[in-house]
Amino acid sequence: MSETTQTAAEPLLEITLSVNGVRRTAVAPARRLLSDFLRHELRLTGTHVGCEHGVCGACTVLVDGTAMRSCLMFAVTAQDHEITTVEGLARSVDGTDTGTPTMNPVQQAFIECHGLQCGFCTPGFLTTITAYLQENPEPTETEAREAISGNLCRCTGYQNIVKSVLRAAEIQALGAAETTNERGATA
Amino acid sequence: MKPSTFVHHAPLSAEEALAVLAEYGHDAKVLAGGQSLIPILNMRLAAPGHLVDINRVVGLDTIEVTPQAVHIGALVRHAQLERHVDAFAHLPLLRQALVNVAHPVIRNRGTTVGSIAHADPSGEMPAVLALTNGYVDVASSRGTRTVAARDFFLGPLESCLAEDEMATGASFGRFPACTGTAFAESTRRHGDYALAGVAAAVTVIDGLITSARASFVSVTPTPDVLDLGELLAGITPQDADWGTAAELAREHVDPDSDIHASAQYRRMLVGVLTACVLAEAASNATAPKA
Amino acid sequence: MTTAMFGAPVQRREDPRLVTGNGRYLDDLGQGALAAAFVRSPYAHARILDIDVTDAIEVPGVIAIYTHEDLDGHTAERLPLLIPHPSLTNPMTGYCLAPEVVNHVGEAIVMVVATDRYVAEDTCERITVDYEQLPVVVGLEKSRAAEVLVHAEAPGNCAAHMVQEVGDAAAAIAAAPHRLSLSLQVERSASTPMEGKGVYARWDSDEQSIRLYSSTQTSTGVRAAVAAKLGMPLAKVECIAPDVGGGFGVKIMHPWPEEVLIPWAARRLDAEVKWVEDRREHFISSAHERAQIQDVEVGFDDAGRVLGLSVKFWHDNGAYTPYGIIVPIITSTQLLGPYKPGAYRCEFFSMYTNTVIVTPYRGAGRPQGVFAMERTMDAIADYLGLDRTDVRSANFIQVEDMPYDHGLLFQDGRPLIYDSGDFPATLAKLKALVGWDDFAAYKQQAEAEGRRVGLGIGCYVEGTGVGPYEGGHIQIETSGRVNVSTGLTSQGQGHQTAFAQIVADELGVPIEDVFVTTGDTRRFGYAVGTFASRAAVMSGNAIALAARNVREKALRIAGEALEVDPGDLDIVDGIVRVKGDPESSIALATVAVLSNPLRYAFDESAQAATQFAGTGPMDYSKPPVAEGEEPGLEGKDYYSPPRATFANGMHAAIVETDPQTAEITILRYCVVHDCGRMINPMIVEGQVHGGVAQGVGGALYERMVYDDAGQLLNASFMDFLMPYASEVPHIETDHLETPSPLNPLGIKGAGEAGCIPVSAAIASAIEDAEGFPITSMPISPDELWDLRRQHAEGLIPDLRRGSRTVAMTNRTTKTTKTTKTSSTTPATPNA
Repeated sequence: MSETTQTAAEPLLEITLSVNGVRRTAVAPARRLLSDFLRHELRLTGTHVGCEHGVCGACTVLVDGTAMRSCLMFAVTAQDHEITTVEGLARSVDGTDTGTPTMNPVQQAFIECHGLQCGFCTPGFLTTITAYLQENPEPTETEAREAISGNLCRCTGYQNIVKSVLRAAEIQALGAAETTNERGATA
Repeated sequence: MKPSTFVHHAPLSAEEALAVLAEYGHDAKVLAGGQSLIPILNMRLAAPGHLVDINRVVGLDTIEVTPQAVHIGALVRHAQLERHVDAFAHLPLLRQALVNVAHPVIRNRGTTVGSIAHADPSGEMPAVLALTNGYVDVASSRGTRTVAARDFFLGPLESCLAEDEMATGASFGRFPACTGTAFAESTRRHGDYALAGVAAAVTVIDGLITSARASFVSVTPTPDVLDLGELLAGITPQDADWGTAAELAREHVDPDSDIHASAQYRRMLVGVLTACVLAEAASNATAPKA
Repeated sequence: MTTAMFGAPVQRREDPRLVTGNGRYLDDLGQGALAAAFVRSPYAHARILDIDVTDAIEVPGVIAIYTHEDLDGHTAERLPLLIPHPSLTNPMTGYCLAPEVVNHVGEAIVMVVATDRYVAEDTCERITVDYEQLPVVVGLEKSRAAEVLVHAEAPGNCAAHMVQEVGDAAAAIAAAPHRLSLSLQVERSASTPMEGKGVYARWDSDEQSIRLYSSTQTSTGVRAAVAAKLGMPLAKVECIAPDVGGGFGVKIMHPWPEEVLIPWAARRLDAEVKWVEDRREHFISSAHERAQIQDVEVGFDDAGRVLGLSVKFWHDNGAYTPYGIIVPIITSTQLLGPYKPGAYRCEFFSMYTNTVIVTPYRGAGRPQGVFAMERTMDAIADYLGLDRTDVRSANFIQVEDMPYDHGLLFQDGRPLIYDSGDFPATLAKLKALVGWDDFAAYKQQAEAEGRRVGLGIGCYVEGTGVGPYEGGHIQIETSGRVNVSTGLTSQGQGHQTAFAQIVADELGVPIEDVFVTTGDTRRFGYAVGTFASRAAVMSGNAIALAARNVREKALRIAGEALEVDPGDLDIVDGIVRVKGDPESSIALATVAVLSNPLRYAFDESAQAATQFAGTGPMDYSKPPVAEGEEPGLEGKDYYSPPRATFANGMHAAIVETDPQTAEITILRYCVVHDCGRMINPMIVEGQVHGGVAQGVGGALYERMVYDDAGQLLNASFMDFLMPYASEVPHIETDHLETPSPLNPLGIKGAGEAGCIPVSAAIASAIEDAEGFPITSMPISPDELWDLRRQHAEGLIPDLRRGSRTVAMTNRTTKTTKTTKTSSTTPATPNA
């Protein structure tokens, strides 16, 4: 049995990331995974860790708008990139925080379609699908299922997640139509 | 599963990176996409004292299409190459293979040169490099060299890179006109490592096959190319004996057994996939161009 | 608003929080806590000779390193045997930290506490343990051969031997017109929730108390076990299950060594300590389930009616038996399904191996039992040339037979009596849904196109809502907010919604005003846990009963205030009003004020309850709080059923197999399912989908692969193949509702329904496609391809062989990592 008290001696780096539109700085060693940095140094616990070998997708965040596994990146590599986590999906299009707990179309769709049960895998799906729908706004059901086939879920059997993708596309299209109408009306 | 400590180097130029490798290469790994390396580090299957993070190095993310080849830098992500319109137009095999590499999200970060340097027998892109008579640009503080695919891969997960060397780019040779290509692999789940995979290039001129070649994924220790010209040259695709070609492919490969599939099963898959991709490649060769 | 909540697909109240990243899972808590990690055995069976921590204590950031020698009091003793049983004659449990002998790869030996997990893992790497390797037992065949023992105390490697019998099965089989034998096998899989286990403990040195958070399915169970192990009064230990990222059974097992060690370390160090399991740890130190070898003998008549059924099976329980023999007991009882065999005998041996322990995983032994029975039903049908649904129908327990007493004891120690169910109706719905009668034509067409397709079926009955009890507590605050609490836990089942629906209906309040807490011993201290598809039945009913108590009290108080008979009152949208005279009303919030006579008005609304505020004549002979009464608008009740209530379901699968590669595709998957009245059909359907996905995983992809040395070869998501969306079919569902007569709400459990018959249904379908028997699951394309080869060589018989006793043996040894060998000699049963 041994009990000692010592302070950490590993070199620490000052790492600055832009997360959900806000510049955040914290110190961490070079080996700190981005997933852990977000969760523990920055206290953004919405991103979850399921495997740490890139298979389950629970840790997926957006890096400059592109979906990537945060367990397969070091925080230090992510420096000076724009990270979007599940907490930041509800920001309005121009990047400002609306200040109210709003949700993006994907988050809304998941609630409507019962696309989550325990919710642990959900943030990874939400970021992945948000990015996907930016590039593929009108997926077929087959495409929707393929789009989510890189994320593991143990609870839902995926069926309602597929529904959520399609519903999110609908909500997104409606939102775009409204914006166009508004712009047209005020022009 | 957290990695061991390492000294992190973030060079801004290739020269800087090579200088680090010159000094620490014996105990260093190069970090590009990290999609293969970081799981290894997280599981502590490797614990290099130094990590040369090349993600800030300028100038390594270009894709260049020349009349002879598609040339990519070390920081070209799989997804970037997959979407590149010109590359697809002039060497469609790249995208045909790339859509089989893991999952889209992994492809967003993983690099094609990185996966070639990793030399995993289950990697798709090493097989494509071999089939396209490609080569790898290798650099060190001692100079640069290009290494042909057949000399680059020494064994499973083993490339010819010296400790102080880094792959800075790769070049995939373009096929002659009238060549069609195809790629197919069999996996247990979507996005898994292939149980077996085959890439094929068939050239058809004036209705007759003039060249037919295939390379393999997961069933040879290093990527190599099977030349089926002797069997298939001078025959029309309609009369081609894909079955015998499949037999030759089965004999050519050397699969292992593991928990997912036996060697015999993989060998059988090679036959099925080879017949399939040869036919598809031949069909692509004669398809009217868009 | 008078729309009933019960039975409505209400959107979940949990969701807004969870989709915005505001979940509070174990690792989200205790950000400042010290981190623990463990040195775990790399060997499956070894004696620890020496533990050298010399290099480890120098690691910067390490706080403490503990081995078994450091444990004191009860923490040094073996972990508890949770469910003893007279047949469990050779039980064995492990220690929190192994003192001398380790019995599976992954067993904890040293605990390290450090400033963070990275440092803790560095420290673990620098600890050197010397081992003397001992002979290893892996797999049931090696276990029952017993040339090597896992535990000296368990001769023959047998932990338990149990026989249950109704009637004389052997005689019935011998006398039957026809007989068949089957040898079957199911392989090991695991719950594998997306969130692993985790424990976070705070020691309060002022209060000398522990607050413990665990990603558990039973906070009351963990609390009691930890209090016992730490020698602390129960009143000084609280346990909370936070948001839990899936359980599926693995988190009902308790106390895990870490659940004891982390609070122990917190107390010892007077610090917050947290441990979060990583994925590899989950594979090698949690629990697995499913592996069995089964021998079936059946005697039947010309209609396929089972006259006698005798099942003998060997169950792999891994290295220890902390959960007793619940899983094989469930196999042996639920094997009967919706059928009434003439005579039944079930004998099992629960066997030790040097592998991870086996505790319930969704289905908890039912999938194995259903596999045995459903393969038998298919075999009978094939033998007689009858339709597989006709044979099943001939064996069904009919509606008029209910309640049906099988004459056995179920896993809750109570009689196995089916309360209700309409199996013919369930079957009719399934046949309609899948188009059973149209399949032959479809198959013919497919075969003409060179395709191989098959149709399969699997039927099950599930005993749900087992006791001993659950409780519910309702409290209506003076603001009108309704607080509901129950002691069992949640891992995604939507309890905060479903239970709120019940209360909203029972009380007549808007669901937005109802807030449900689960799994917190500070809020509700008496509970059992969430498992066995029991939460809705148990807590749902308890909460309904508690709500009725509160409602009655509220109406009584309101009646006094409004000077009407309580029977003339109704509650709508949180307002108590006179039926037919809505103007005459009083808010439930106000009733709450009035229910608690006050001296001090803490806000304006509370003034109405103060001692001088009474309106009208006061009866000064009565005390403010009447005898037998309590202040406040609260109700508490418990639900304790005499026995389980039985849900049922039937699945059908249409598969296609590739003629060349033997790849298996599920073309259609149909589920008809009866869980009585449904609180929230959307939640029920979600549960079914999830269960089916796990069933598909267990049928086609998931298998724990151990080598002969006891190394788990696929301890990662790369090699343990859980299905993605691409592997799970679209699931078509239909429902039947035969209410339970046993509980006030008429509900039955639904949590495990989806996964129970999937392996049976898919085996049935593949067999139909291939024309030879499938007797071992899971099955991969490679394995099917190899079976085809064996069949072509005559080693495996065709289906439809005709009228002689047929032994269909298809057992392969699966413990080696290279090519498999096939054995056709039935193994000698253990005495």
